[in-house]
Amino acid sequence: MRVLVTGLGTFWGSRLAQQLEQRDDVEIVVGLDTTEPRLPLEHTEFVRADSSYSILARIVKAAKIDTILHTHLLFDSTSSTGRALHEINVIGTMNLLAAAGAAGSPVRKVVVKSSTLVYGANYKDPNSFREEMSRTSSPRTEVERSLIEAASFLRDFAEDNPHVTVTKLRFSNVLGDDIDTVFSKALRMPVVPEIFGFDPRFQFTHEDDVEGALLFATTNDVPGVYNIAGDGTLPWSEVCAIVGKPRVPLPPLLTNWAVEPLRMTRVIDLPPEMLSLLRYGRGVDNRRFKRTGYRYNYTTAGTVDAFARGLRLEHVIGDKQPSYRYQSDVETFFRHSPAIVRTDP
Amino acid sequence: MTRPPDPPVVNLVAEEQRAALRNPLEDAVTVSRSLVPIPVAPVSNQPADADLRRGDVDAWGRSERVRAIARTIYDPMYRYWFRAEWEGLENVPTDGGALIVANHAAAIPSDAPVIMHGLEVELQRAVYGLAENLFRTLPVIGTLWSRTGGVPAHPDNAYRLLHDEQQLVLVFPEGAKGTGKHYRDRYKLRRFGRGGFVEIAMRAGVPIVPIAVVGAEESMPILWKSKRLAALLNLPYFPITANTLLFGPVGLLTYFPAKFKLRVLPPIHLDVEPDQERYSRSRVMEESEKIRDQIQIALYDMLRTRRSVWFG
Repeated sequence: MRVLVTGLGTFWGSRLAQQLEQRDDVEIVVGLDTTEPRLPLEHTEFVRADSSYSILARIVKAAKIDTILHTHLLFDSTSSTGRALHEINVIGTMNLLAAAGAAGSPVRKVVVKSSTLVYGANYKDPNSFREEMSRTSSPRTEVERSLIEAASFLRDFAEDNPHVTVTKLRFSNVLGDDIDTVFSKALRMPVVPEIFGFDPRFQFTHEDDVEGALLFATTNDVPGVYNIAGDGTLPWSEVCAIVGKPRVPLPPLLTNWAVEPLRMTRVIDLPPEMLSLLRYGRGVDNRRFKRTGYRYNYTTAGTVDAFARGLRLEHVIGDKQPSYRYQSDVETFFRHSPAIVRTDP
Repeated sequence: MTRPPDPPVVNLVAEEQRAALRNPLEDAVTVSRSLVPIPVAPVSNQPADADLRRGDVDAWGRSERVRAIARTIYDPMYRYWFRAEWEGLENVPTDGGALIVANHAAAIPSDAPVIMHGLEVELQRAVYGLAENLFRTLPVIGTLWSRTGGVPAHPDNAYRLLHDEQQLVLVFPEGAKGTGKHYRDRYKLRRFGRGGFVEIAMRAGVPIVPIAVVGAEESMPILWKSKRLAALLNLPYFPITANTLLFGPVGLLTYFPAKFKLRVLPPIHLDVEPDQERYSRSRVMEESEKIRDQIQIALYDMLRTRRSVWFG
């Protein structure tokens, strides 16, 4: 297998590349991103590219890439602008799929990491979304619109290229020690926001399951769309109780205006898609992916508990310092210098 | 991963002697025991979900703890105010899923709590009540409604509850058309939606149990409705009830003590293959109409024998 990973500079990308390197059936791993990898990688080749991947078609052809792992989609609208969301999620995916679908392309598998944000959160929603259901309200935020547009490109790609296995994984809200999401930011606050009178259900995925599911989809043939989420749902009040944080109510009316001062003072940014989640919550049906044989490591309650443990440790020892920094000349030295004694056959 | 302890070492000679006497059936059992390992639950370092939970809210937002409190509070209302009286309770299945359908009345429906409370108390079975998803938009009320067993009326929710979880699900096919009708139209059933409830029961492969309810109509009768105010407040209807005329705003929370009588009709088993993509529309409408007729006939029958609105 010759794998190309997009978003090597993101947490997922680096973790996945590390995992792929360990496997015997993976010949080469090429990582693409605008930023440097976060974790030390042994033989993954890092290529710095612009966010719209204009260079991709050349890499695919030159390196005979047969599997593309597209992890570089942004879901956190608090840490990127609307422009960047559009550029990365829509234009990036479009260029990626154009390169993968070009005439004579060696690509045989595409795995995309998407989000359950595409379902939205609305009072008309079913208790849990199945993969074939569509959202009940029109998307109003840039992140949701960009993900839906990216999904339509992927659908077209799968239709035009029946010889390519296309897998799309929709991850529910992710929590974990090593990753910042809108929810982990909110739960790290001394007090956690809620909307007065609402206590919706949430379903979480542990970061290990994100990695596990992506790896599973890369190494097995599981075409189609799948929801990825831990078993069970928890009401928001219980999530906060497990993490051990008191809640402060936001007004149920004009909530978006009420959080504006918090945004402006940089206390916390609660984007509109998070506010509608705090009001109505979201559950997804995770049974389809289980039927493919994947076993989850964490349930929703287990995910929240693991996050709470990490948080307690963090309170004692403070922020973990990143132990690794990518330096291009050092990496080149270790990989290509004749001075290095290589023991592998 | 830990394995169950190995069986104790046995005396081989004695075992051989016994083997000669063994009947073949027993042998088969022994062999299968040694060949097919008993599945051992994987021992993960994750604590079980039950140990992590701080509350008991289930996948539907229902909490047995909240429900028990609600039952304690509501029980005097059920017993001494409405004096609910059941007939034909044996028609409600004691296990497996079933879709309960009933006629719907009163400006703020009094029949849903009576049926849910009654079935839970009499049969010790949880009942999930499907209702307008507009409930979800109301702060506090929406949460309490959900904790006490309310579920937004989405076809997929009903299917999961009935098919996947084999629960009792209560639905009022008339919907707001039933609760929003004038007092002069009491006990005249409205249209039963588009028969969606029949289709769900068919798909889930569960019986439909119709219930005729007498008493709810008189507990909060609507005398007059304002279309303009309803449109302004974005409500399905804006009623002036006899209760508010008598008691003012308190009337919004006060029911008249009408005597409740509930008759459970025999369950209807729809003789179709479950889990089909779609069902014949004519068949669905026919069944829906049949159930509506049955409830209507039962209501007329019960009203014929009713001597007093208040004493039954």
